[in-house]
Amino acid sequence: MLATTSEILRCLEPPVDITTMLRKRRVLKELLSEQNPQLTCRVAILGGSTTAEVRSALEIFLLRRSIRPEFYESEYGRFSEDVLFENPELDKFEPQIAYIHTTSRNLRAFPSLGAGADEAAAATSEELSRFRAVWEKLHEKFPRCTVIQNNFDLPALRPLGNLEAGSHAGRVMFVNRLNFEFARAAAGNPSLYIQDIQSLSAELGAEKWFDPTYWFGYKLAATPYACAAIGLNLANMIGALYGRTRKCLVLDLDNTLWGGVVGDDGVANLKLGRETAAAESYLAFQQYVKDLKQRGILLAVCSKNEESSALEGLNHPDGVLRPEDFSVIRANWEPKHENIAAIAKALNIGLDSLVFVDDNPVERDIVRRNLPQVLVPEIGSDPAQFTTILERSGCFEVLSISSDDLQRARYYQDNKAREDLEAAFGSYDEFLDSLQMEAEIRPFSPVYLDRITQLTNKTNQFNCTTRRYTQAEIEQIAIEPRYIHLYGRLKDRFGDNGLISVVVGEIEGDTLRILLWLMSCRVLKRGMEEAMMDTLERQARNRGVRLVIGEYFPTAKNAMVAQLYGQLGFGKVSEDSAGNTVWQYRIPAEPTPRNRAIRISE
Amino acid sequence: MTTLERIQAILRDVLNEPGLEITRDSSAQTVRGWDSLAHVDILWNVEQEFKVRFPLGEIQNLKNVGELVDLVDRKVAAKG
Repeated sequence: MLATTSEILRCLEPPVDITTMLRKRRVLKELLSEQNPQLTCRVAILGGSTTAEVRSALEIFLLRRSIRPEFYESEYGRFSEDVLFENPELDKFEPQIAYIHTTSRNLRAFPSLGAGADEAAAATSEELSRFRAVWEKLHEKFPRCTVIQNNFDLPALRPLGNLEAGSHAGRVMFVNRLNFEFARAAAGNPSLYIQDIQSLSAELGAEKWFDPTYWFGYKLAATPYACAAIGLNLANMIGALYGRTRKCLVLDLDNTLWGGVVGDDGVANLKLGRETAAAESYLAFQQYVKDLKQRGILLAVCSKNEESSALEGLNHPDGVLRPEDFSVIRANWEPKHENIAAIAKALNIGLDSLVFVDDNPVERDIVRRNLPQVLVPEIGSDPAQFTTILERSGCFEVLSISSDDLQRARYYQDNKAREDLEAAFGSYDEFLDSLQMEAEIRPFSPVYLDRITQLTNKTNQFNCTTRRYTQAEIEQIAIEPRYIHLYGRLKDRFGDNGLISVVVGEIEGDTLRILLWLMSCRVLKRGMEEAMMDTLERQARNRGVRLVIGEYFPTAKNAMVAQLYGQLGFGKVSEDSAGNTVWQYRIPAEPTPRNRAIRISE
Repeated sequence: MTTLERIQAILRDVLNEPGLEITRDSSAQTVRGWDSLAHVDILWNVEQEFKVRFPLGEIQNLKNVGELVDLVDRKVAAKG
């Protein structure tokens, strides 16, 4: 019997079955390529050892995230020479991402046996400067390129035994010291990210990580298995760079957030708290979920229960998750996939932003079949394993934490208060006035580049062109004078919505072509797009622009902005068979402001 | 299944050639698509399939599938 596509691709779902993936790379690549991903990304792999295994795994896991990579691979072991010296091939390739695939095999300057503090410090700075030169050259040649640099795995051999970790001459100490310096470099450089292979190798264990046969025979600094794990981890990072991470965790309740069935057993008999080992494991999972919420992941409940029972369970005295931690609670007897679709709708996010965790394999299967975009990890039924499986899926990978992340759940709660108020007004304009909105609309500034990149890459609905940019590219836009770039923040009497809109246009002569126009759906219908247009028009006019061109490229998700330019006063110029439309607007001598309800500071 | 059949199944998967028929004389030179990445994958998958580890010296000199089959059989027998 022939396996179906989804059965073959199954090995790529969390927890990823690397062993199967390594046996079926070719067919996996073929099937994923057929799905024809739209987003392409140029990755230069600069290797300190053989890179073919990592490249192949990375390709498969990126395709799985609907990103089609193109690759440049350095000559074997020439990660620094390929960058530092003339290299027309790399120049022509113009990488968007440069991944430096080095390991502790590439270290040269180990301290000598009798080394003291000074020599160890000198050895560290010598290695550091060797890598720093590569990062700096990459940045100089390709200012928009994001660099991903491995830190170092612990050395496979420790001839001095435990002393390697307890002396200035020790290799373990040296690697730790260097990893600390790499971390400091990355913390101070927005286009440099560390791939933490020190943790990755520890997670796999020495046996699976390194095998001398593959090193001496094929110059693989990590086993084929470990190379696949590196590829997966890298794909999570690159996915995060392009906003392909999940935003919301949807949770079952009974036997997922606590042991037992609240409706049958009663709150008093649930396993949750410190009394037994099982109770503790559920509590630990709740604590992990609470931590996710604190860093900006939205939470929702999807449970077959009476709502009253669900709330009782969530008010369990020993639990740490409370009803107010959840942005949406759907506890009823409807099929779970219908409830999950309703959750996505209520939060105004795509199904591909959701992760669903349920101990029941039947429910997982139903959701997977009906809503293939929702990520449903094979979480098992042992609460002690839930966190590990969820975490290793990498679905919530982040590259930075913005203050916006820390406040996200609050934005959605404030929205509930606004909705209640809206119902109380006779007209929508009156409602808008009552919100006492204030916006800040200004050119990009360094403190907001993180958030601008993040918003640019994850906004799917209110987004005219769905162009994606890395942070390094956004930075470039911010400094090149040919661009007009604006961000918008919006506050009202219920709270601060944070940075919620981005517009970028490129000036050529007296024409401004709008490359990006996007806005978070949490501020729909507040007139913010009109306020943005007023500012854009004024700034364009001041810079001698007479004509503004806007484009709309339809996707599966952005129908809501098909008429945006029309509503802002543009006229449609053309429409092709794919539905792509071009609009234009002539700036009049005396522009009439569109915005009415928002007070603007520029 | 014989050792040769099990190795054939691995080659079919790794090379994505479901109809591939191999003999003891097959080798990287005679089988389409058997490149260096596929070679590492084949060895790794054979190690997993038969739960054996190949010493460096012995895999470097393999000339064809027949010699790989013999090596696997020797390693499996040595495990007892």
